[in-house]
Amino acid sequence: MSRDPLLEVETLEDQSPASFLPSDAAVQDTTGATLAGIRHAEDILIPGVKDVLQDVASHRPHGSDPVASQTMVLNMGPQHPSTHGVLRLVLEVDGETVVSLAPDIGYLHTGIEKTCEAKFYNQVTPLTDRIDYLCPMTNNTAYALAVEKLLDLEIPERAQVLRVLLNELTRIQSHLVWLGTHAMDIGALTVFLYCFREREDLLRIFEAISGQRMMGSYIRIGGVALEPPAGIYDSIRSFLNDFPEHIEEYEGLLNANPIWMGRLKGVGYLSAEDAIALGVTGPGMRASGLDFDLRRDMPYSSYERFKFNVPVSNGGDVWARYLVRMQEMRESTRICHQALDLLATMHNQPLQADAPKILLPDREKMKTQMESLIHHFKIVTEGFPVPAGEATSSVEAPHGMMNYYVVSDGASKPYRVHMRNADFANLQALETMCKGRMIADVVAVIGSIDIVLGAIDR
Amino acid sequence: MAENSTPSSTSPSAGPAAHSAALFGKQEVSEAFTDHPAIRALEHLITDAKWDRRELTLSVAPQTILEAAQALKAAGYNFLEDVTAVDWYPTDTPSAPRFQITYSLLSHSLKQRLRLTARVLGENPRIHSITSIWPSANFYEREVFDLFGIHFAGHPNLTRIMMPDNWNGHPLRKDYPVEGYR
Repeated sequence: MSRDPLLEVETLEDQSPASFLPSDAAVQDTTGATLAGIRHAEDILIPGVKDVLQDVASHRPHGSDPVASQTMVLNMGPQHPSTHGVLRLVLEVDGETVVSLAPDIGYLHTGIEKTCEAKFYNQVTPLTDRIDYLCPMTNNTAYALAVEKLLDLEIPERAQVLRVLLNELTRIQSHLVWLGTHAMDIGALTVFLYCFREREDLLRIFEAISGQRMMGSYIRIGGVALEPPAGIYDSIRSFLNDFPEHIEEYEGLLNANPIWMGRLKGVGYLSAEDAIALGVTGPGMRASGLDFDLRRDMPYSSYERFKFNVPVSNGGDVWARYLVRMQEMRESTRICHQALDLLATMHNQPLQADAPKILLPDREKMKTQMESLIHHFKIVTEGFPVPAGEATSSVEAPHGMMNYYVVSDGASKPYRVHMRNADFANLQALETMCKGRMIADVVAVIGSIDIVLGAIDR
Repeated sequence: MAENSTPSSTSPSAGPAAHSAALFGKQEVSEAFTDHPAIRALEHLITDAKWDRRELTLSVAPQTILEAAQALKAAGYNFLEDVTAVDWYPTDTPSAPRFQITYSLLSHSLKQRLRLTARVLGENPRIHSITSIWPSANFYEREVFDLFGIHFAGHPNLTRIMMPDNWNGHPLRKDYPVEGYR
């Protein structure tokens, strides 16, 4: 496996607590962007749309004289194709240079958190699919983990490993969409077609497992929905065997491409301090030199059984984020192989927790056994009560840290469900990354933070 | 890994796995976690504490939120994950105010998560913004302002973020119907 010298890969075994922050010198050295000293928290302000408009007005000493040197305001989105959905940006530009920038969101707000409060706990699972629609399985897992914490449910090992397998396949799928659209924004259309070819294979696998290509709702409270079909592990294995070659194919198209390098290197710089201050998580944070991955550092759903590396780069620019994500796809492939090996040894284990009052019974039993019929009727008509309390689950989603905060008052409907999606916070860092750069760089930076507006607006 | 091991019977430690049983109340929790960096940092500020489902929740008075956030940041909780709120309508007494504002903090070096809560009364709810300590609170506080109507003093840009500017009401309040006003 070829490694870029920029990319420092630390192993799972090597985790000293102090090593997550790079030295300032390393950050300064590896970036091409100018960094005017380490900025303090007070200096970072994320302007609103009105701030930008006021700023533009204050930069107009010559009134409306079109020839005089002055800034102008530019509206980008919500229908702009490179904003990856319905993101609206209001930019103040001086010529082609971005002076300030304000994201305007909420165009996709559907009130999912409010809707959750009116549903039974198990009816919320399909809603979670639609939040970050590029990683529905990860959303399902995060929600299930939070409710399982409230219920104090023990999940069988096989279900945990299957969740890991599906989470990692989802990560590959999400990264493929990121790479395809990011490259298309920069002008490399071929990569998009190649990425979607492999993504199609993955969606077919998801369809075979859950019955749905995207919104599977496969991972449920207490385990997973049903037994995966026969032969599915073989098709996953054959996908995984071919996939590293495909990654090399994408890299062959991009790594030495002068346009790709010119548009990515040194663009959208984010320091490690700013990444923490602005709440950036996931590959964006790790590309700024912060070595923290929930899968390794605060493992959930049996991730502690897997051996993998956490790709980290000190570059802090769009190029570094590209390198980190490409490497993450390779590591996900490794995890999937290990998960398949583990699953092969677990044939006889159940996929659901032993909790007949919480999990829907097997269809066959429901039709033949009185007790199962009663459980089924009660779960469907009145749900199941969850002990009062609050719980937070946290998983490493493809876009960063995804937390589900579930509050119960003891009833069968959640009192409050809140999702902390990485995209919402990552978007706050957009201004810091784009300030002083060209308008075209804004497109590259949006591609590199990999946002999904469904997760931002909820 | 250590985080997932069964509870040990040795002396109380700061490790999250030390206690499996739930503990409620300031005294009970601080006696069990004598070395915990967050409890030591907030010693005089904590009004209530909870160790439930292996999660530590510390409550402070809303007027001390800035002080508490600063102390926790100094104690190693370097990353603000989330700010959100819970509406306990119709409960609204000085001992149990209506809105619970929940801050979720993470320490990258300790690999620990902490929930910090403060409760404010339903009448003209307000609390100080923590954007001066963590700029990432900006969007989160705007979201809570928009959907719960809680005012954050000192916020640089406290405007609606999800709903349109001319929207009537705050949708995530419990007295706001799921289908909207008719």
